[in-house]
Parts: sequence; structure tokens; C-alpha cells
Amino acid sequence: MQKITRDVLVSKAISLLEDGNVSHVLGWRKGEFDYDITPSVFSEKEDIENNFVWNDFCGANFSKYLVQKTRKLEGKILVFLKPCDTYSFNQLLTEHRFDRDNVYAVGIPCEGMADISKVKKICGEGISSIDFDGDNILVNTVYEDAPIVIDAKSVLSERCINCKSKKHVAFDELIGEEGEIIESGRFDEVEKLEKMTPDERFEFWQSELSKCIRCNACRDVCPACTCEKCVFDNPKSGVENKAPANSFEEKMFHIIRAFHVAGRCTDCGECSRVCPQDIPLHLLNRKFIKDIDNFYGEYQAGAEVGSRAPLVDYTTEDVEPSDIFEGRNG
Amino acid sequence: MFKSSLNSINEIFAKIAENATLYLPSDNKDGNAVYTKWENGVVWSNSLNTVKSPKDFFFPQVEDMMAFKTEGKNIEINDIREESEDFVVFGVRACDVRSFDILDRVFLVDPCDSYYANRREHGIIISVACTKPSETCFCKTFDIDATNPGGDITVWKTEDSLYWSANTDRGRELLSKLNLEECGDEAVNEQKAKTEAILNKLPLANLNTDGFGGDKTDALFDRPEWKTLSESCLGCGTCTFVCPTCQCYDIKDFNTGNQVIRYRCWDSCMYSDFTKMAHGNNRLSQVERFRQRFMHKLVYYPANNDGIFGCAGCGRCVSKCPISMNIVKVMKTLGGND
Amino acid sequence: MQVNEYKPLIVAFCCNWCSYAGADLAGNNRLNYPADVKIIRVPCSCRVNPTFILRAFQKGADGVILCGCHPGDCHYTSGNYYTRRRMSLLFSMLDYLGIERERTRVEWVSAAEGAKFAATMNDFAEKVVALGKNKRLEDLRCKK
Repeated sequence: MQKITRDVLVSKAISLLEDGNVSHVLGWRKGEFDYDITPSVFSEKEDIENNFVWNDFCGANFSKYLVQKTRKLEGKILVFLKPCDTYSFNQLLTEHRFDRDNVYAVGIPCEGMADISKVKKICGEGISSIDFDGDNILVNTVYEDAPIVIDAKSVLSERCINCKSKKHVAFDELIGEEGEIIESGRFDEVEKLEKMTPDERFEFWQSELSKCIRCNACRDVCPACTCEKCVFDNPKSGVENKAPANSFEEKMFHIIRAFHVAGRCTDCGECSRVCPQDIPLHLLNRKFIKDIDNFYGEYQAGAEVGSRAPLVDYTTEDVEPSDIFEGRNG
Repeated sequence: MFKSSLNSINEIFAKIAENATLYLPSDNKDGNAVYTKWENGVVWSNSLNTVKSPKDFFFPQVEDMMAFKTEGKNIEINDIREESEDFVVFGVRACDVRSFDILDRVFLVDPCDSYYANRREHGIIISVACTKPSETCFCKTFDIDATNPGGDITVWKTEDSLYWSANTDRGRELLSKLNLEECGDEAVNEQKAKTEAILNKLPLANLNTDGFGGDKTDALFDRPEWKTLSESCLGCGTCTFVCPTCQCYDIKDFNTGNQVIRYRCWDSCMYSDFTKMAHGNNRLSQVERFRQRFMHKLVYYPANNDGIFGCAGCGRCVSKCPISMNIVKVMKTLGGND
Repeated sequence: MQVNEYKPLIVAFCCNWCSYAGADLAGNNRLNYPADVKIIRVPCSCRVNPTFILRAFQKGADGVILCGCHPGDCHYTSGNYYTRRRMSLLFSMLDYLGIERERTRVEWVSAAEGAKFAATMNDFAEKVVALGKNKRLEDLRCKK
């Protein structure tokens, strides 16, 4: 379903590598079954030709890897950025997390990424290979002789259904056509929750958060979570814990984590993508984004480098905490 | 061998639940299978396996060990363990049955872990043979027969029937109470052959353990590929926490305000603060931590356990890793696989 | 006769420069406010981060109130402006998670407002008593 083909990206990567403009390429490495793709650093032409992939399962956001890779690797790094990744890229730059001079960013258009668990709900287990044909995903399984044809739109991941922008806000070079910022329905789900009674909301979150196994994948993948030492890993903080010891710990972890990225979260959706228990973590982040928009004016983290995050800013006319629920019941 | 119709499964569950708490995989609202306490209305999941492994039943993620209070110079220690009640776990797959053997070899050897042993004694395992294995399955690699899973009782499922066979005394005792009709094993053999054919077609069917084993430390430890394999590892604990055989834990104290509760909880060798000591951590980089996890399963564990590998090939880490880096890719890169 | 009256535990974070002095004044003036209010003095209301609030609930608080200088009067010029934003967002999030709104509050109390301090605490305690015990943000281990 992606309009830009793999070959375009491969030849771009190889030409930049061979011209000496960059010495490494951050890209997607193919796995065992066409959908299990690993972010990887490529440095050899042959490696790129054989193992670089670009398809509907290249969801991983590379921006956070730049923090670590620009420190470790010599020379410039070529990074491919989907529109949503560019917001994280800018946000990290705003926070001075990596050196812009060490990175060559190539923006690539994205038609939305597929969610493998949605694919599996349709075709079941036993995927042997996946092909792409126009708007369709063709899944071959060990149980069926003919491939199962799935409309790529029907298995889009949640964050792509509610895509907020097809526009790249940062790049050195753009492949393909530039897109637009989209009026998405990404706050609909949050509004639905807000309209529930407190009891219903409590029950909803209790059942969702109690699934948490505290694997920390949401935190470790989050481009806004780049603390050198997380408060939840620091025994001296008094809140450190490695386990969801009870229902309080789960809430504590997720409230504090969402709060810490409030105003800095670009809503890239990586947290929900990686959650092994399918907890809709984006609904916590989007609540903060929505509130910030309501209370302090529209703000999109990462839209531009150097913007002041709402929580390190104020005006003398800000809404009082006692007035935030005015005009809203429930 | 005994037979029951698939339609009567809830009656059998009810009968089992008369004497012991029964747990079985059931779909939650996201459509993921999770072990759920059976009661009327709980439906046995059709999924291949649960997201979290059944090791929780014997080695729970969090477990209180003791509590203590200090008053002046006196310290009062309280045993807050609870005697485990009898329970039955139904629907365990072959890989997870093997995982119990792997855990037993850690927790039941001297010095025996009494918390684990207590639960093992009270738990009966009813395994169910696989009929629809997934592409992420590779139990065959570790000589596990998915069509003959073991445990206290083995169950085979066909279109409309279930076939039951007991493997242990405990299993025979439970099975005799269920009053099932005796039968031959033709249908089971037919089903086994069908599954066998699929197992051989799976993408990972040819994955083998060549190049791994207890004597391979020197050959594998300094391989340069560890660096590239681990380069994008996030250092999260997903693989460890969904793994049926990972058995590392941390012991911590929690001050409740009235007393201190000492508890243990799963830990992950992927974490930067794993086994942190006064001098700091003994594995400082993610490459070392990553290597440790796979070396443990493929080299150190077999070295100490008669060559048995510390992985059961359940495929949970394969499907859940946020960056899709897993033991299969490690084995293909470092081992004798093509 | 035994009266089984529910006594809430209320934690009040008070900034050193205004609200703590306000509490002092309330005491000096012999104004009544519930003894269930436990005051924790902080250098500035913006010293309080969301973890403090959640930790208070974990350790058994039924209500948490945060008091600081009036906006514009912060001893450190702008601390309470940050507090205002933080707490607006935090309280909105707690409400979103189904935690009762009346369990948390921010109030600006100056050093001269002893009467306001006492009145605020009386009112807050009354609201918390009406809600009863904190069940939604409790840590059961702390009851042991």
C-alpha cells in the first residue's frame, strides 16, 4: 500500500553512502516472516541491497535511536522519517538530545502502517509470507493454499486511522510528495471516556491498567522518554518498582509517565504499538494533549524546533485548577 | 484413553472445579487469551496460546515472602505465606509443559524453593495438544512434541471430541472422577498425523540447535554479531516477562508504614539495574545484557542441566518483542542454521 | 455510647512563604480546623510534583490539598504559575481515570489569610468526609 517503493529508498541510501555524504543508514531490517521488522544500522551497500525493507509493517519510529546512535557512531547518519517520526525528531532537537549536524534526514511519505494483530485476527496463525498488491495485503499461511486477500485499510493500526499529519516538519531531503496536516478524530475516544460517569471511567481504566506487566516497553520505546535514569528505575526515588505489585502501582506508573511526557508527547503512538497487553496508552497521552489545547491554546509538540512546552511556560491568566471542570458534568 | 464430546466440556469443567480451582485460557475483551478462573460462563479460548505464560501459577510475578516489624531493639518476623489451595490448569501447550521442567530444575534442586514447591504440589496440569500451530512456533527445535504435550493429563482435540489420557497418578485419580467413556486411539493418531504435517510446514520447522549447548561458551561469547543483534534492543522486559522459562527475580522491601513487607518479583536481565550491587552493575552495556539472556538459555542452562536448553520454543518473544529481535534470529545468526 | 465516626486523613502541602504562615496565623488566632489535616511544608508550591500527590494517596491520604501564594505573589516570582498548570492537568487526568474530583484541591492562601486557611480546611475536610474512604487510589499493602 506504500506508494514509495523499497527500491527508491535503497538507491537513495546507497547513493548517499557511496558519495560519502553519510556513513551509516538507519533503516528497517527484514525478519523471518515479512512482518517482524527490526530497526537496524546499515553500513554496507550489499547489506542494504539484501536486507533493507520498506512495507506496511515498518512502523518503528527511528527518532529516539538517534540519541544513542549519534553518540556512538562516527560520521553522519542517514535516517528515514515518516511524517509522524519528524515530530519526535523535532521534539528531541528542541530538548538538545542529539546533534543535528550528525544526521541527514530523508522524509518519506507514509500511507499508514498495518497492525499485525489485526491481520492475524483475520487470517489466523501460521503466516508463511506476506505480499503487497496495490491496496491489498496478500497473506500466505500454512493452512490455506491460496493467499488470503486483506484490504490494507481494514488493518491500519489505530494511530494511522487517526493520523494527525502527512506533512513532514523536518527533513534535509524529501522523497515523494509532501502531505498536509489532517483534521483527525484522534480525540473522539477521549471524549467518549470523558462523557462516561466517574464510575464507568474508573472501571475502564482499572480493567485496562490491571493488564500491565510492567515490562517498560512503552517507556523504553517512547521518544519523549529519554531520561538517563528513570525515576522508576531509581531505588532512591521511593517509587521504584519492577512489578505491578498491586493496582496502585500500575496507576502510579502510567499516570506519572504520561504526566512526564505531557506537553512533549507528539502522539506518535509507539507506546500503544509495543504494548504486549494491548493497553490503549495513547488515550492517556491524548487526554493531556486535549487538555493542553483547551486550557492553554493549541499546541503540537515537535511541530517546530525550539517551541516552549506548555508545562515549562505560563501566563498570568491561566485557568485555575478549581475551574477546569466548569461547564462539564459527569 | 477416554473420550468426551466437545459439547459437554462445560460439564467436565464443572466437575473438575468441584474439588479444585480450575484455570483455563479464555479470551479477554481484546480477544487475547488469558488464564482465567473458570466459573459458569467462562469460555475456553480457541487461541493457540496465552499472552502471558502459565509460569505465573507456580512462580507469580509478585509474591510476598515475609513481613517484619521493629520496635526499639526488637525485630519481629512474621511468616505471611499462605498455604496454596489445590488447583488445576487446563489447556497448557506442550511448550509450556516443558517450561515447568525447566523451572523445576532451578527451583526444586537443593536448596529447594519452598514457595515454588508448595504451588507445584498443589497444581495439576492438563495439557492440550496443538492443532493449529503458529509461524512463531519452534518447539520442535527443542525436541518437544506438540502433538503429545504431557503434564498430568493430556487432552487431544478433534472437530467434535476431546480425548483424555492420564500420565501420572494424580492425573489418573482426577480422570477417574470424570466418568468418561473409554475408547481407542485411532482418532488421536489421525489428529496427530495432521498436526505433524503442519508442524513440518512451519517456517521455523528446520531451526536447529547446532552450534549451541553447554560447551559453547568460548565459541559464542566474543562473537562480533552480538553487537549488531543487540543494536536496536530497547532494554525493555517484554521478552522476559512473557517468557515461560525466565526465572530471575529480585527481592525487595516495601514499607507499608506499619511494617516492612519483603517480596520478590520478576526481574529482567535486560534491565540496566538487574542484579545491581554495591559496586554497580556487572553488565554495563545493552550488548552484554542482551548476550546474557540468550547465552543463559542456549549455553549456561544446558551446561548445568544435562544439555537441556532453557527455551521451549513457544514463540511469545517472537511475536511480542517491540523491535522483533528474538531468540530465533540469534540462533540463525550465530548457530549452524542456514 | 461508642460513636463510629469516620476520620479522614488529609494531607496539606503548604508553601513556606505564604500558606504555612497562613496556617500559623490560623493557629495564633485560635481558629478551628480539623486535626485530621496534616501539613507538609514545602519551599514553594511548585516543589510539589504529581508523584507527591499520588504517594500521599498511596500512604493512606483520603484527600490532598495544595496551598501556595496567590498568583503574582510567589516568593520565587513564578513558582505558583507552574503549579497552577501542573495541577490543572493532573487533576483533570485523575478525574479522567475516575478518581473523585473533590479529593484534590489547590487553594491560594496568603500569610495574612489565617481565616481563609481555616475555612478552606474545614470545607475541604467536609467534602472528603462526604466521599468517604479513598478506595480508588489506595495501596492495599499500606493497610497491612
